[in-house]
Amino acid sequence: MSDTPLLDATGVAKSFGAVKALTDAKLSLSEGQVVALMGANGAGKSTFVKILTGALKPTAGRVLIRGQEARVGSPAEARRSGLVPVYQEPSLIPDLSVADNLKLGDTPVAPFRAWLDELGIENLRLTDMIADLPLATLRILDLARALAAEPDVLLLDEMTAALPTNLVENVLKTVRARADAGMGVIYVSHRFTEISTLCDSATILRDGRTVGELPIEPGVEDRAVELMLGAKIDLGKRKAGAARLNTGTPRLSVQSVAAAPKLTDVSFDLYPGEVLGVVALEGQGQDELFDVLAGFAAPTAGTLAVDDRPVGFNHPADAIAEGITYVPGNRADALLSQRSVRENIALPFAARIANWGPLKRRYEKERVDYAIEKLQIDTRAQGEVQRLSGGNQQKVTIGRWIAKGVETLLLFDPTRGIDVRTKRQIYPLVRELAGQGAAILMYTSELEEIPLACDRCIVIFNGRVVDMIDAADADEQTLMRAAYGLTEAA
Amino acid sequence: MTLIRNNAWVISLALLLAVLLAITKAIQPGFGAPGLESLARAALPFAFATAGMAIVVIVGGIDLSVASMMAVCAVTAAVLMERMAGIPALLIVLVVGAAMGAINGALIVLTKVPDIVVTLAMLFVWEGVALLILSTPGGATADWLEAAIRGFFLFSWLPKALLIIAIVTALIWAPLRGTKLGLSIYAVGSDERAAFRSGVSVGRTRVIAYALCGLFCAFGGLSLAALTGIGEPVPGPYLLAAVAAVVLGGVVLGGGKGGLLGPVIAVFILRIIRTILTLMAVDPNVTTIVEGVIMVGVVMLGTALTMKGAQR
Repeated sequence: MSDTPLLDATGVAKSFGAVKALTDAKLSLSEGQVVALMGANGAGKSTFVKILTGALKPTAGRVLIRGQEARVGSPAEARRSGLVPVYQEPSLIPDLSVADNLKLGDTPVAPFRAWLDELGIENLRLTDMIADLPLATLRILDLARALAAEPDVLLLDEMTAALPTNLVENVLKTVRARADAGMGVIYVSHRFTEISTLCDSATILRDGRTVGELPIEPGVEDRAVELMLGAKIDLGKRKAGAARLNTGTPRLSVQSVAAAPKLTDVSFDLYPGEVLGVVALEGQGQDELFDVLAGFAAPTAGTLAVDDRPVGFNHPADAIAEGITYVPGNRADALLSQRSVRENIALPFAARIANWGPLKRRYEKERVDYAIEKLQIDTRAQGEVQRLSGGNQQKVTIGRWIAKGVETLLLFDPTRGIDVRTKRQIYPLVRELAGQGAAILMYTSELEEIPLACDRCIVIFNGRVVDMIDAADADEQTLMRAAYGLTEAA
Repeated sequence: MTLIRNNAWVISLALLLAVLLAITKAIQPGFGAPGLESLARAALPFAFATAGMAIVVIVGGIDLSVASMMAVCAVTAAVLMERMAGIPALLIVLVVGAAMGAINGALIVLTKVPDIVVTLAMLFVWEGVALLILSTPGGATADWLEAAIRGFFLFSWLPKALLIIAIVTALIWAPLRGTKLGLSIYAVGSDERAAFRSGVSVGRTRVIAYALCGLFCAFGGLSLAALTGIGEPVPGPYLLAAVAAVVLGGVVLGGGKGGLLGPVIAVFILRIIRTILTLMAVDPNVTTIVEGVIMVGVVMLGTALTMKGAQR
């Protein structure tokens, strides 16, 4: 083995307009090494992965492969440089057969078959259409295709998400064997158990820069969590009072709910007047949970009850009829972007088509005025919503429910991509809604928000609830450890 | 088994066509080889427009300018053939068609303006170009061009027009289908991101697909010129007919699915329905209503069958 690292990325930076997704990322990989790439949500992991694999061009920095400046302007070029990725979502063409997909990527068939056998996929015909195959199989096909290309560097992005246990074992065993034969592997993952069995070291990203390179040894988990957290900007304080005593009937009761592909077993009760946080790393099943609760998808198992009555949602309208309001993380899905703030806030009043005659103008105006005052969006309230900043738009999506009143509110990552000042204004809005008696379920990718906005939170890891923490005890360290499934092991 | 399953739609269309031919024969016992010949000849420009449209729809786009491109090619052929030898003129027309298609594709890829907007604009541009070349119907085509599509070949029942559709489509499409380029066209239409990640050059693939559409439009324009003997600068009703045949032919409007055989058979189905309705002395105004209803009905039936298959 030579001294030149197989892959050496230094000073990698990427800006999208004014937003700096990456400022100074680095990663070094030698032959036969498996390096874990870790970072909390929003640390810049996926941007870094896209740059390494040629899907994005960096604004600064360089990537060397075997000491040579790598030309990775596109995935095809990265492949020719010897770097082959397996992305989180399968990159196979759904309308083509397996054989045609191999041909498209110039993958030799015999080695592909050999890797499939080793990874434990049997009974696969090359004439099968990709669209007919289950997700777990597709991920393994993607990996077998990558291995058949005999890369110098293999990049696995959340490879084991949505895989059954036996396949995970096969994947880890095969990848380790390839690394022992000299291949370099970058392993992007949230799962400490896998990282500690597979990897030699871990590179930690935080706020767009590499903040540490740790050898994998006992106790590395604590050090990694510490590095991922770092010193955070103060978002303000809210005294978490004594834990709420939830008595009476839960507004929403979720029992052993599962939904394909990632949600396996989730139960909790949500009471009127409380904000229940949902803590989860990306892709642990929270998307599926909110889809089920909002009536977008039917659960594969488990039951839902509203006010102790069992309910089943076949359509979002069913959920709405039960008083459940879903506010998506993507603001564009919730607003009429070309209409005024006032109209957007008044929308829930007018949404019931059954109310023909004139709207109750006076009452409506009072409520809307109240909400606008609460929102602190100065005088531009007359303008089009699309001219507001993202943060102000998000305030409108939540603030409209202060005007209308709401029974059950599902908030999915309400502060994603919003500046600190606006974030601070959003938590009181959420609290006020709870004060009006609303039951609020809020998923957030920012752990420090939990004690600020919630009464308690559930932690979802790998599709199931692994912990329930009161706001008073919910410091970031505790939450991060729980989110990584570390409390379960302890 | 899979061969039948994958081609079920095309096979059903072929059966439907056979039934319709039998019905025609039943209504008018005199319907035979000459009737078939004139049907195939009239279907010629429709078939080429449809084949071109099918390719851009498979790549995930649409081209609203097919009829205008055909008009440009038809007048170019009529003007050139008056002045120079037939074969070079024919080759020039094919190059012009492919170039127009490539320009459409390049504009879509480079400007990132939606395909429907770009090709709508180009519909007017190519229409203007056709009128600049020839402001009123005129010019003349080579005699052999008309002879090439009229009558029968080898057998007394095989219309030359039908043979030309089969040969041209097969020569352009069959060699492509299994190659990386052909797979890339399906891949881009099916899932652009996955195609990009599989190493497909998405932009180039798209431009080539539009160029192929332009090439088919050139054949369409040539057949128009051959049918009339002159060049007609005003575009005919080929755009919507092509979209209809593409949809009926089993090409999904989102892209990635289907082939060229289905849409070409669909062209004949739509033409023969028209013939049958004329023979039955149905009011011509009712004819278009019936055509529309049949199209929606068949496509709905197809969707229902696919859904049932997917649930198994």
